Amino acid sequence: MIPKTPWLPTPWLSLLLWVLWLLLNSSIAWGHILLGGILAVVIPLLTHPFWDRQPDLHKPLKLAGYILKVLWDIVVANFHVAYLILSRRPLRQAFVKIPLCLTQEYPITILASTISLTPGTVSTEVAPDKTYILVHALDVADEAALIAEIKARYEAPLQEIFPC
Amino acid sequence: MHFEVHLPFWLEALVAFFLLLGAVFAFIGSIGLARLPDFYSRLHAPTKATTLGVGGMLIASMLHFSYAQGSLSVHEILVAIFLLISAPITAYMLSKVALHHQSPSVQNTQGQDLPQQLQQEWHRERIKSKTDKPKLPG
Repeated sequence: MIPKTPWLPTPWLSLLLWVLWLLLNSSIAWGHILLGGILAVVIPLLTHPFWDRQPDLHKPLKLAGYILKVLWDIVVANFHVAYLILSRRPLRQAFVKIPLCLTQEYPITILASTISLTPGTVSTEVAPDKTYILVHALDVADEAALIAEIKARYEAPLQEIFPC
Repeated sequence: MHFEVHLPFWLEALVAFFLLLGAVFAFIGSIGLARLPDFYSRLHAPTKATTLGVGGMLIASMLHFSYAQGSLSVHEILVAIFLLISAPITAYMLSKVALHHQSPSVQNTQGQDLPQQLQQEWHRERIKSKTDKPKLPG
């Protein structure tokens, strides 16, 4: 865990900005390390009043594992959608309600983005009371199986990473 | 920076492979845009088929320039990160607009009444928040 301090209100954002700065310059010269560090402190300080409260990140390693899993699923999704586009059989499209256990906005956003990037599903809109996401699926054989898979594969790890 | 570098054959082949892979997926994504039947299904093509399309080209670019410059080229990783963040958000915005404008979906779609239901839920929510607006402090 990176502790929050008065001059580092969003430590993870600062870390991200610093790494992005070094990547953008593709350099690890001392000058860039220092300049990136200054920007990583100043930008969050200036902008954090505009941001929603960020949830605590409890298991960073688990998040890394989650990202790798999603990256792999994106590759699979590409082949799957490519196959669906090229095969001439009719699609079984469906709107599906995915009930949500998550309550915070950031984890819901991550879940919705994951759904959009992975096999055959795009999230369209979240319910006003955040109880479900309406998902459009390109080709559904079994609705219940789809819901169960999304909940087990993506929502459960997110709940562990961002406990309420 | 000079770009005319002679790559060894195996690397050239690898770069060509990833370029072709990327091109094929970008092409399939475009076919999907043209061929899928309604707005919602057309959204699937640009959010997915094209991520691997651009991904393949980025890997090819990374291999080529890492060799040509003699150091690991990392700008492509940034392109990939920004793409993966922005693609689902774009798809979400588009589908949200489609939903609230009641864009028609094809006849045999299961759960066809769900978008309208959700739209009405949002409508009620907006009326509610208009009538009981919280008083501003001060």
